[in-house]
Amino acid sequence: MSKKVIKSIPHLGGAPTRRQVLAGAGIATAAAAVPLKYGLAASTLKVGILQPRSGPQGQIGLDCQRGADIAPQVLKQLGLPEVEYMIGDTETKVDVARARAEKMINDGAQLMIGCFDSGQTMAVAQVCESKNIPFVVNIAAVPKLTELGYKWVWRNFPTGPMIVRDAFVNQKALFAMTGATPKTVTLLHANDTFGSSLAGALFALAPRFKMPYKIVEKIPYDPYGRDFSAEVRKVKSSKAEAVWTVSRLLDAIAITKEMVRQRLDIMGIMSTGPGWYEDEYMKATGKYGNDVVNLVPWWDPNKPTSKIFAKEFSAKFPDKNINTNHTYTFEAVMVASDALKRAGSNNAKALQAAIQKTDIKNNVTTGPGIHFNEKGQNPDVVDSAIQNRDGRSLVILPKEAAVAKPIWPMRPFNKRG
Amino acid sequence: MDYLSLANASISGILTGLVYGLSALGLSVIFGVIRIVNFAHGEIMVIGMFFAMLLFRHLGIDPLMSVPIAAVVLFGFGYILQATVITRVSQLHDHFQFLLLAAIAIMMVSACLLIFGPDPQSVDIPYALDSFAIGEIILGKPRVYAAIGAIVVASLLLAFFRYTATGKAIRACADNHLGAKVVGLNVGRLYAFTFGLGTAALGAAGAIMLLLYEVQPYLAPGFTLLAFVIVIIGGLGSLYGALLGGVLIGLSEALAASFLQPSMKTAFSFALLILVLLFRPQGLLGRAR
Repeated sequence: MSKKVIKSIPHLGGAPTRRQVLAGAGIATAAAAVPLKYGLAASTLKVGILQPRSGPQGQIGLDCQRGADIAPQVLKQLGLPEVEYMIGDTETKVDVARARAEKMINDGAQLMIGCFDSGQTMAVAQVCESKNIPFVVNIAAVPKLTELGYKWVWRNFPTGPMIVRDAFVNQKALFAMTGATPKTVTLLHANDTFGSSLAGALFALAPRFKMPYKIVEKIPYDPYGRDFSAEVRKVKSSKAEAVWTVSRLLDAIAITKEMVRQRLDIMGIMSTGPGWYEDEYMKATGKYGNDVVNLVPWWDPNKPTSKIFAKEFSAKFPDKNINTNHTYTFEAVMVASDALKRAGSNNAKALQAAIQKTDIKNNVTTGPGIHFNEKGQNPDVVDSAIQNRDGRSLVILPKEAAVAKPIWPMRPFNKRG
Repeated sequence: MDYLSLANASISGILTGLVYGLSALGLSVIFGVIRIVNFAHGEIMVIGMFFAMLLFRHLGIDPLMSVPIAAVVLFGFGYILQATVITRVSQLHDHFQFLLLAAIAIMMVSACLLIFGPDPQSVDIPYALDSFAIGEIILGKPRVYAAIGAIVVASLLLAFFRYTATGKAIRACADNHLGAKVVGLNVGRLYAFTFGLGTAALGAAGAIMLLLYEVQPYLAPGFTLLAFVIVIIGGLGSLYGALLGGVLIGLSEALAASFLQPSMKTAFSFALLILVLLFRPQGLLGRAR
């Protein structure tokens, strides 16, 4: 049977010799072993999703993964091709992120997505740039990521300065809408890299944006501390009308509880960064977590794709609220899938060209859509103002994405039933 | 600096310091008698916190009410640990004791991770967010109750050593190991009893700490370090020193946070430690050897 088949191969010119058979088998094996990034197999795209799935940022990395987990169902409804995932863990370490990215690419990843944290993302960007592998950043705000002239890195997430700019814009809109403007604000921030750099920018740029208030005190604190009573006492003694925080999750919970105990009576709490909108925060603080205004990158619940996303998400994760981690990770997968469809191949060069020409209008995050400038940055990402209400985060600004009217000034802690 | 802020910071610092002092008491008790440095100190206290959390969640027992239960259970744990494991290395070089207790600490953290997971967990006590107001001075109820609990537990422990026959025998062992043996004291049993007392104090401290902090396995190394700082400042082996060290650390942290920067408070604790090591290395209430 096998002899007959070999005879029927016309270009071999009759029965092959054993050497010819071995040579043919060798070529076939070599072809199969060539990394898929050279595009010999165009049917699928192997996407390496590299996030901090363990270590201090482990919960966030797992949260980001939920956005990727939802993507296949949503992309199918949008007519976009499915991609194949390879999952990696940075362990919240820069060196591990670099090593894991190299291994994932060596193992066949044709496009990388990651990594939530700016330091880890920078390390993976260097690896992808040196190996000519497309890297779509889901979350990372460090500006220089898209300022170094990388040709294989794209970011659909605001940079630090964009977050600061939008925070000021949304604050002004909030004050104008409600007619309640604080005259003084205290900046309470974590003293880690993220907290210090963001708070430094907020403090320095407030006068340039002609904000109607004065930042009367800037209070750095250790986010991994045990006791925040002194921090809250200091906020209280500053006599500021509002507090603006840059925190992490556990400190946000502890600070809120301490504010209630110390009977802090202020116009409101604003937050830029994680912590104050997360499910765990709202669960731990209950009614006292209500009315906090978060000035953050978010999603637009009024967009058609958002409704599909929300439906699929609540079916798969009924106990979770949709947040930044989910939507921006989903959109990174969406960019990859859209590029695969338009490139018609998983060839790296073809994907590179396709991603650069991305023009997605039917996305889920706030703003007009996804496209990239010559630096690989989406310049049109817009942040939102969201407010905590009974365990949910409701968009209050910008107006086109809003689903609720703001409660500002916030309801005093001692009048919440 | 206004006097109201000073009063607020000072009172809050003293209250926190009393709880810190109680948490360090177990370390001082064990070292003062058995001369073993308990590197699993924080881990045992975290087990006390988890135990109190379970009692609250499953039986509705308030953490303050679970103090005696946690103390008894961890007394048993400490007694068995000393009698079966630690006593076997007590004659070896200090390095072996350190390594043994560090290994026990790692095993405890891993066990807690396996059972409770890495996420912080709290108890929803009804007075968690309540406070007392004395004029302009506002004090959180959990902190006040925790400080009162710390005073009660520390007083009972001090009274035990001062007034009971077993307490006196333990002090005799601490003062003169050979002499205690000569007069017929069962030193091995007394050592196990002492280690048990130390871990009982940690169990009580853990239950009290649950009023103030959310519990998670990785809290332990921080507690161990804090206890070392406190007992070195107060004097290793001195029970009153541990309480004094705790109050000083609590006070310095509160004042540094209120009048300098909150992020400076840990630096102040360590500055205090360096000063004590430079000028009174045996600790404020420790005896020079």
